[in-house]
Amino acid sequence: MLENALRGDKKYWGWIAFLLGVMFVGLLFYLHQLHYGLGVTGLGRDVTWGFYIAQFTFLVGVAASGVMVVLPYYLHNFKVFGKLTVLGEFLAIASVIMCMLFIFVDMGQPFRIANVFLHPTPHSLMFWDTVVIFGYLILNVIISRVTFSAERKGIAPPSWIKPIILLSIPWAFSIHTVTAFLYSGLAARPFWMTAILAPRFLASAFAAGPALLVLLCLVVRKVARYDVGREPLQKLAVIITYAMAINVFFILMELFTTIYSNIPEHLAHIKFLYLGLEGNTRLVPWMWASSILAVISLVLLINPRTRKNETVLAFACVVTFLSLWIEKGLALVIAGFIPSPLGVVPDYWPTIPEFLISMGVYAVGFLVVTVLYKIAISVRERLAA
Amino acid sequence: MSVDRRKFFKIAGLTALSLASKPAFEVFAEGVDPVDSTATIPPPTTQPTGPLTAHRWAMVIDIHKCMAEHGCTKCIAACHLEHNVPDFGNPKDEVKWIWKESFGHAFQEQENEHLHEEMKHQSVPVFCNHCDNPPCVRVCPTKATWKREDGIVMMDMHRCIGCRYCMAACPYGSRSFNWRDPRPFIKEINPKFPTRTRGVVEKCTFCVERLAQGMPPACVEACTAQAMTFGDLEDANSELRTALRERFSIRRKAALGTNPEIYYLV
Repeated sequence: MLENALRGDKKYWGWIAFLLGVMFVGLLFYLHQLHYGLGVTGLGRDVTWGFYIAQFTFLVGVAASGVMVVLPYYLHNFKVFGKLTVLGEFLAIASVIMCMLFIFVDMGQPFRIANVFLHPTPHSLMFWDTVVIFGYLILNVIISRVTFSAERKGIAPPSWIKPIILLSIPWAFSIHTVTAFLYSGLAARPFWMTAILAPRFLASAFAAGPALLVLLCLVVRKVARYDVGREPLQKLAVIITYAMAINVFFILMELFTTIYSNIPEHLAHIKFLYLGLEGNTRLVPWMWASSILAVISLVLLINPRTRKNETVLAFACVVTFLSLWIEKGLALVIAGFIPSPLGVVPDYWPTIPEFLISMGVYAVGFLVVTVLYKIAISVRERLAA
Repeated sequence: MSVDRRKFFKIAGLTALSLASKPAFEVFAEGVDPVDSTATIPPPTTQPTGPLTAHRWAMVIDIHKCMAEHGCTKCIAACHLEHNVPDFGNPKDEVKWIWKESFGHAFQEQENEHLHEEMKHQSVPVFCNHCDNPPCVRVCPTKATWKREDGIVMMDMHRCIGCRYCMAACPYGSRSFNWRDPRPFIKEINPKFPTRTRGVVEKCTFCVERLAQGMPPACVEACTAQAMTFGDLEDANSELRTALRERFSIRRKAALGTNPEIYYLV
């Protein structure tokens, strides 16, 4: 099947070359980080997690959101998602690979990472997160490979794959729940210590992930002339609408509890995000941008006339994705550290090496998506012909 | 569990220290068995007789005695010299085991506008609280940090993968990460204690290496104001327990349930 990825036009190879270039730059800067230490990032004694861990957290959500096509298709026999399912699974695989790479580049001693398995520690949520994320990757590789091979041969998938598919559904929820538990179990960090963090993570994931999937389908339609059809995208749009509405509702609940209860240690983080704290307004414009984008997203998605217009839907998906990326892929992790538990207001912003290493990881993810989508589309085009 | 940890520590410690000098080797080999009892600290001048042991190590800090010595940093200097703590000269890369923090930062919930003048402007020494219920130990994915039977929260820099989850979990900011190679920034290398590599977390260990040689922690020994009392919390007759009985003490963020074992007399 892989040979399909080795046949393509100039544009295809140009895109592959671009991604390899970005990966190469990222690798060079990673080697620099490996040699110098994590001091090449903007992180420091007070803000100890930043851009890498934020991308990891955001992408766990994108990976988990694959379940939004898998669940209707396999559990409700929702045939409309037939063409979409494998694309959702491939996106999940690429996202999980990026998650693992973001964790890897964040480690101070990356070559000792096997210690997590050599000394398994059940009381650490990080141990469980590693287990569920690895498991999710394996499940998705097996499921997509078996079902797609069957499709290629024009036969029904073997019956033993069904229980594995069913297992992958709660498993998808588990990866983002356990990722939320990494944060919400820390008494030292009031900003994260909220029982609604896992539900919030799932809501934002089920909006951001499908929004990305819609955009990828539109790109595929344009550049590869492969059309999944109008209806599955419209159904995804409804899923995005509900998830986004729930996410905004959850955020408002967080704001109410924090602001009305008026506990200084909790309130300080919200002040830092929306107003700035002791002159540190680093994230203020971003947070307001995220809020405004969220409102635009909801207006365009809830109104059926705008949602049903595919051009507007594409715009709404971009807006939704950006709003959620700012909220979760940038602010959520940083704000947990500002102010510090001692009340100090440190500053943090990703450095150029940190940013380029991150772009390198994203390039790996896009390469995986490109190659897997290319294979899927080539095979299906041949089947149709 | 504890036997495993102990065994692990012996192996890890010995391997790690094979390059270090012999005294350090002996320290780690013998310092792991908290046996029994009375923790009376010999004055600095006496020759050490055997390892100091306790059921539960703890410390009491007399804030007034400490504050009377304006700007004193003897405990910090002694600790950082003893443990090869680097000085980068910038807050971002900073590594510190013990430092002085304003009263308002150390005890946020105790701060108020009309605070005692001394408290308002002076600072108190802060370091690892050696919590009875340490969140850092709970979150560590490799058991690179763990609590000994005698209560000391230990750190194995050779197992640490540098994920910094412990730093996110510590409510006291007591842990430091080596953002870059610390060795060029150590002013004076103490050959009896290992230096660290980049990418690992480190913190105060109540001077286990000194306890094993029958000596009190370096900070306690260095404090000429005698503001720091180190001892066995389970020994009702210890100087430590007497101080806690007679004076009012507070602990940092005790409401979080970490049960910190550093007591501040106010």
